[in-house]
Amino acid sequence: MIPAAFEYVVAHSLEETVGLLAKHGSDAKILSGGMSLIPAMKLRLAQPAFIIDVNGVSGLEYIREEHGELRIGAMTREAALERSTLVKHGYPILFETARVIADPLVRNRATIGGNLAHADPANDHPATMLALGATIVAHGPNGDRLIPIDEFFPSFFASALEPDEILTEIRIPAPGVRNGGAYIKFERKVGDYAIAAVAVNLTLDAHDTCIAARIGLTNVTDVPARASSAEASLVGHRITDQAIADASRLAAHQSDPKSDLRGSAEYKRDLVRVLAGRAIGRAVSRARGGSH
Amino acid sequence: MSMRTVNFTINGEAKSVQAESRQLLVHCIRETLGLTGTHVGCETSHCGACTIDLDGEPVKSCTMFAVQAEGKSLTTVEGLAVGGTLNPVQEGFWEEHGLQCGFCTPGMMITATALLRTVNEPTETEIREAISGNLCRCTGYVNIVKAIQYAQRKMHPTPAPEAVLQGGD
Ligand SMILES: Cc1cc2nc3c(=O)[nH]c(=O)nc-3n(C[C@H](O)[C@H](O)[C@H](O)COP(=O)(O)OP(=O)(O)OC[C@H]3O[C@@H](n4cnc5c(N)ncnc54)[C@H](O)[C@@H]3O)c2cc1C
Ligand code: FES
Ligand code: FES
Repeated sequence: MIPAAFEYVVAHSLEETVGLLAKHGSDAKILSGGMSLIPAMKLRLAQPAFIIDVNGVSGLEYIREEHGELRIGAMTREAALERSTLVKHGYPILFETARVIADPLVRNRATIGGNLAHADPANDHPATMLALGATIVAHGPNGDRLIPIDEFFPSFFASALEPDEILTEIRIPAPGVRNGGAYIKFERKVGDYAIAAVAVNLTLDAHDTCIAARIGLTNVTDVPARASSAEASLVGHRITDQAIADASRLAAHQSDPKSDLRGSAEYKRDLVRVLAGRAIGRAVSRARGGSH
Repeated sequence: MSMRTVNFTINGEAKSVQAESRQLLVHCIRETLGLTGTHVGCETSHCGACTIDLDGEPVKSCTMFAVQAEGKSLTTVEGLAVGGTLNPVQEGFWEEHGLQCGFCTPGMMITATALLRTVNEPTETEIREAISGNLCRCTGYVNIVKAIQYAQRKMHPTPAPEAVLQGGD
């Protein structure tokens, strides 16, 4: 399991990174945590000629609230998200997501930026970011470009990043009043990718009517996707057990899982229904509970 | 072939090695430096047999390139004992029979040592979570958990009785 040979460059700034990307084009790959890239290189599924190690670029590891948003530097490790009290108390959906990614050893290296840039529908952050309505900040030769998460996953294993762009930041709108979110994942064993997982983020008004809902699905669609019909069925309605059951069925209907070692398509689709129901229920109780 | 000189500290000793860019850190440790205590189990980033401590955090050395170790401080199982005395985690594995074949043990002890450095009194659940990236195919984990609890008691002996009353859960 030896990767194909490549040239290794350590970048020390964003400008240097973008310059190297522009020069080497699609022959080059950014190395962040390496937890997806290196396994793919060992299997020779990826054989980049140039590796640009951005672990030497400072200033990309932070978690802070600013301008009504949670801003997370792309190089922030999963372990840092898991340890952050701001994330744990203010954004429990994100805490729940980081905690179930791979295992603690992988989480010490894996970055949130790499997780999204890799655009793997089996990865956990894409669904959560879809539910949270995040914005991706891409840095290229002309400076920063903001990409709404809904436009970030255009096709199978592809992101909306240009070959000369680096993902630098993730921006999540701060939760308003009576907003709540949850991420629930089902896995065969600790550390595995999801058989299926569902991310829900919703807002209730004072009378318990749902006024906004976003639902993201993990590993049951070709590209990370929202369960838009389920969302639509919730908005404008009071959240009753029946409403949750109906939305869950719609989410399952919108999923398009493939049969594989993790289970049959039928099983996975029904799992989406069950997990969606639980995630909506948890998000609702958090929304009712107040601050988050 | 692009070879580079890589400088790092391993088990307290400064080293300068030649590494091809694509060489995995675990192979540099085992083959270039001859420190074969760090094992290769799966090569696919799943088993944790290759776990080393990198600047205070346990990581899978089969999922890093040796060139990425530039300027870092590494500890492998060979660096756990100080002056011939086992560290508390190693002693715990000895006392509690925390291994059978021993293949997972070096990685398991690196992870456990890092855990006890950051969390003084991990619960059993916290211990099990911390070692969830280190697979053991022999023991069923029961004695591994006991070994880590032994080390925890040794490092942080039973507090005064009043603290026990307050801290009990
Ligand atoms: C055993 C194991 C289990 C795993 N289980 C899970 C799981 O359950 N859930 C889950 O979500 N993930 C899982 N992962 C994947 C892990 O979370 C990866 O770390 C993550 O997908 C990629 O992040 P990274 O920082 O390691 O990126 P890298 O591996 O360094 O990069 C991945 C890709 O993204 C590109 N890239 C990286 N950073 C940037 C950037 N800032 N800008 C532009 N492009 C960039 C790289 O060029 C590469 O193409 C697992 C990995 C392993 C090894
Ligand atoms: S050999 Fe590194 S994780 Fe198995
Ligand atoms: S003791 Fe044999 S694998 Fe753990």
